Amino acid sequence: MHIPDGFLNTATAAATYVVSAGGVGYSIKEANKKLGEKHVPLMGVMGAFIFAAQMLNFPVMGGTSGHLIGGALAAILLGPWAGLLIMTCVLIVQALVFQDGGITALGANVFNMGLVACFVSYYLYRAVVSLMGENRTGTLVGGFVGAWASVFVAAIACAIELAVSGRSPLGIALPAMAGVHALIGIGEGLITAVVLSFVMATRADLLELQKV
Amino acid sequence: MKLKWWHVGLLIALGLAIISPLASSWPDGLERVAEDKGFIEAAQGPTFEVIPDYVFPGVGNEALATILAGIVGTLILFGMTYGLAALLKRRGA
Repeated sequence: MHIPDGFLNTATAAATYVVSAGGVGYSIKEANKKLGEKHVPLMGVMGAFIFAAQMLNFPVMGGTSGHLIGGALAAILLGPWAGLLIMTCVLIVQALVFQDGGITALGANVFNMGLVACFVSYYLYRAVVSLMGENRTGTLVGGFVGAWASVFVAAIACAIELAVSGRSPLGIALPAMAGVHALIGIGEGLITAVVLSFVMATRADLLELQKV
Repeated sequence: MKLKWWHVGLLIALGLAIISPLASSWPDGLERVAEDKGFIEAAQGPTFEVIPDYVFPGVGNEALATILAGIVGTLILFGMTYGLAALLKRRGA
């Protein structure tokens, strides 16, 4: 879902840059208050894992693929602000080093795959866990639902940005983006649940870290 | 030296980078929509290139070039997010 340069008009690119920069600024303040020694290696592993996993496109239907965003996994394990920091790092490196996602579109990409993905997934995950209980099932169902929704809502945000930019009318872009990403989101949900299951089986204490 | 949990985590990420040539090369969701709805031509190419499209430049074998790009990126991200967290963490924590 990396928006290249040229898709967004200047106003949309600038507005999303401002909002994303504000979010990242606030996330640095939050991290400064709450990050402890134990968060540090997990932040490193999450950045590395999300970058690598994003390279692995999986087919979702004839001629279309999707890949993990990872904002949900990062937000569930570390909290939404820490998740936003990780996603921002991933997206900056992808834009500057790998020419994946435009530089003028970086603000929008951080908004969609960072802010939107991390906050939608984190609060949905928390809601499911509070309904189903702080147990294995609650964590896995919450992880799947939160991760699916993170992709779905990020795709809707992307469609709105394309429509506002005059690239494709909302009546066309919204159902198209939401439809294909409803499928890609299943992959996001499954990968997130598998990783959470692996963390619970091997280092369950990591799930108990203070959320940032 | 005993392996710590996060060494294993980094090795798993590098493992994913090594299998990255297996990834589907079909367009992703946004690219598919941009093609179907006729605005893919609006995409502008980058103004500079470092490791474009996850293919390490100057390596003849494309799978190897992809693996190298993946390893480089994975290590950059590990260093960046680890370093950022180490800088930001509470003093004395």
